[in-house]
Amino acid sequence: MTSRTVAAGRSPASAALRRFRSHPAAVVSVVFIVLVVLAAIFARPLSGHDPNAIDLLQARTGPSGDHLLGTDSTGRDVLSRLLFAGRISLGVGLASAAIAVVLGTLLGSVAGLLGGWVDGLVMRLADVFMSFPSLVVIVVVSGILGPSVLTMVIAIGLFQWPVCGRIVRGVTLSLREQEFVLASRATGAGPLWLMRKHIIPAALPPVSVVATLAVAQAIALEATLSFLGLGVQPPAASWGNMLTDAQSLTVIRSEPWLWLSPGIAVALTVLAVNFIGDGLRDAVDPRSAS
Amino acid sequence: MAAFLVRRLAINVLVFFLITIAIFALVHKTPGDPIAMQIPADQLNSGSAEFIAQKRHELGLDQSLLMQYWHWLTNALHGDLGYSLLNGRPVTEVLGERIGPTVELMGVGLLISLLVAFPLGILAARRRNSLVDYGATVVSLGSVSIPVFFVALIAIYVFTLKFQWFPSSGISDPTNPGLLDSLHHLVLPAVILGFGNSGPFMRYVRSSMITELGADYVRTANAKGASPRRVVLRHAFRNSLIPVLTVIATNLPQLLAGAVVIEQVFAWPGMGQLAVSSVNQHDYSVIVGFALLIAILVLLSNLLADVLYTVVDPRVRLR
Amino acid sequence: MSAGRLSIGDPSATESVDKGPLLRIDGLSVEFRTSDGVVRAVTDVSLSVDAGEIVAVVGESGSGKTATAMSVLRLLPDTATVEADAISFRGADLRALSARELRKIRGGPVGMIFQDPMTALNPVMTVGAQVAEAVLLHQNRPDKRAAWDRAVELLRLVGVPDPAQRVRQYPHEFSGGMRQRAMIAMAIANNPDLIIADEPTTALDVTIQAQVLALLKKAQAETGAATILITHDLGVVAELADRVVVMYAGRVVETAGVGEIFAAPRHPYTKGLLASLPRMDVDVDQLDPIPGNPPNMADPPAGCAFHPRCPLARDRCVTERPALVEIGPGRTSACHFHDELAVTP
Repeated sequence: MTSRTVAAGRSPASAALRRFRSHPAAVVSVVFIVLVVLAAIFARPLSGHDPNAIDLLQARTGPSGDHLLGTDSTGRDVLSRLLFAGRISLGVGLASAAIAVVLGTLLGSVAGLLGGWVDGLVMRLADVFMSFPSLVVIVVVSGILGPSVLTMVIAIGLFQWPVCGRIVRGVTLSLREQEFVLASRATGAGPLWLMRKHIIPAALPPVSVVATLAVAQAIALEATLSFLGLGVQPPAASWGNMLTDAQSLTVIRSEPWLWLSPGIAVALTVLAVNFIGDGLRDAVDPRSAS
Repeated sequence: MAAFLVRRLAINVLVFFLITIAIFALVHKTPGDPIAMQIPADQLNSGSAEFIAQKRHELGLDQSLLMQYWHWLTNALHGDLGYSLLNGRPVTEVLGERIGPTVELMGVGLLISLLVAFPLGILAARRRNSLVDYGATVVSLGSVSIPVFFVALIAIYVFTLKFQWFPSSGISDPTNPGLLDSLHHLVLPAVILGFGNSGPFMRYVRSSMITELGADYVRTANAKGASPRRVVLRHAFRNSLIPVLTVIATNLPQLLAGAVVIEQVFAWPGMGQLAVSSVNQHDYSVIVGFALLIAILVLLSNLLADVLYTVVDPRVRLR
Repeated sequence: MSAGRLSIGDPSATESVDKGPLLRIDGLSVEFRTSDGVVRAVTDVSLSVDAGEIVAVVGESGSGKTATAMSVLRLLPDTATVEADAISFRGADLRALSARELRKIRGGPVGMIFQDPMTALNPVMTVGAQVAEAVLLHQNRPDKRAAWDRAVELLRLVGVPDPAQRVRQYPHEFSGGMRQRAMIAMAIANNPDLIIADEPTTALDVTIQAQVLALLKKAQAETGAATILITHDLGVVAELADRVVVMYAGRVVETAGVGEIFAAPRHPYTKGLLASLPRMDVDVDQLDPIPGNPPNMADPPAGCAFHPRCPLARDRCVTERPALVEIGPGRTSACHFHDELAVTP
């Protein structure tokens, strides 16, 4: 008969790590993202140019020894703009995901702990936020309040909290009736304590999956908004607004270096973060593996 | 079933009113004099001070916020959304002429995304973990990850510039209009929109089909001698449609978001392009009108999902 | 006997060329690929069913009885590997049939009844459409009208009241008992020679069980079909069966006629099953359930799989698995010490 092989390192964390490592796409993506982060941090030394340095004599030149990815319409070095833009995209992604997680955890655990009409209200609120398309709403809000990175980050976070909130609420509900929680409450533990000691550790695995996917979505959203002119404003560089110029056919045809590199940068980064999220999902809950 | 729908309708109406409050709060924050949004530009420019003060009074702009909100809302519900700051035309008229192209784009885009998602999803479910399944996953992941506008730019590069198969801007050629020309202009934007929208659908169809294919009634159908094709199409698929249809309805707002971007890239004269240009040109009346329209659209699509859910599943319908 | 030469789906073949049993399973083994490794659900099971005979296959859940039955029509999931010396129906090897030929057998000469009629019926198709489908799939020329008429007729046959109306209803509008009647209608739609019923009454209320059993009896009597009745309920066995096959941990442990099984079981497991049956004349406190739990099929006990729970167990039972031996005409037992159970007059 078959005998079960005993796996070395039996803790849930090491089991999850093993599962994650068995996903080649996820592992490659982690490496890729690390490289992207490093490139963004060391943008200046890597590119050797100031991203905002205008040099009209060198405008619209293709890739060359001095400018590895060419220059844009005012002679700024594309590569350095690309790397600095990475900071913004990653920053926006992380910041909005952070807002979403904090908001979601707070609201979700409150809804789960208090139940009743509070729960109903929070869930209804979540439904509303989930059903509205974040892009369109941000367009409207930017239109009235004026486009800014802060508005964008807060708005993206506001649209992403429901997914996180639902998970935390679910975790809270299932934990609420378990014995160790009742024991904690019997010794006078208040909601904040419960959150810190019980809810957050339990919710961490699924929330980490959702947060990762939220980062990916936020990066894509920022790129799109900046592309439309409603996100990061020039002269600051963002992968999205580096593509705004490409709306003219001449640029598309004759200056591919201008728009291919930021586009590929966004695509690969979002793809990589999504792969990591998928890998995390399988690592955290193998039953959901397809 | 009727009780369920009525309750959903009531909730949606309530949410709509709450959203109008939020929109009005935004309206109030717009820079400039609100009266400029509510009377035609020519009256504004040529009117005397008393005339404008009187108008102000008529429109309730000198009253409390609550009354202003009430005036604004009742006007809006009667079809008066004010006047465009840019060209003085009624906002309803400006929006009205843009709805058609957007609906056309969204409709065809939705069709294309379903035409891609359903066969791929069913095939992937039938041949799990095969090359097809893997390929379908890659495609859907790609459609979700790669920003739609980038795909659009690449498509323009390839199909408009390199192959010169399709035009890349506008809805028609004014010098040579006609059905064929319209279709010609529609292809690229609709296909890109459809592709970008198909990713989540395909995953949903796939997982729904996998669930159904593992159900007991599928085993019964096999035991009766049904062919695999019949089992998949006549049995599993019909059951898997139930959740998928509601997903299609609730995804409509996302489809609109995609349309906004596509319209911008392809200079498609729809609502989305209007919204973006209004933002860039600070035409607040149009932006606010657009916001109201979005709110209505989202709530309608939610209601549609609720209706579909009750209609498609006989277990719910006959309760 | 030439396997496959006989046209199985041919209704004109009323007599099997081979005068042997209608269905014969020899040395069947079924393995499942699971996340815990490979699990052997069925090992070396042989059983045969003669025309018109009702054979009950008895065992607890996990004994492999369902897997055995499903393997006949290849209805096991892809994770299953089926191996057998022979699985033959009317003398022809079922395993040699192509998928298309097998489909002619399914729902035709061999009909199946499943355990839970709520999940076994398609919730978005009318009951009539599903019963008619059973007919349609086996018609020589598709005739929807005829299939629907026959569906109504079949529903009437199985005792569904007001069949002409009911035929347009959905499964959730039927009661549990009526749904099972509809399943029986589907199974007998094409006058099968063999009916395989997997726990047909388990999911029903006790009072309904009796009705459905009576229906099964009637269906069997009228069609003359042989029946494989899978069940863990010995009461059902007593009602319907001619012969009994007892399974434990994926193997056959005893076979006998139904009278012999009840009067004088020759395997400790069978004896234990009988002793744990609630009876009108015995107090519930005096019930004698079999101690312990059914074996974990991923890691079954050594030797005789029943030894951890067996009152007769000895050292030999742990080291040597008892073979299934013939202990009388039409009787077999897989116990080293079956003699000790023999009833001495």
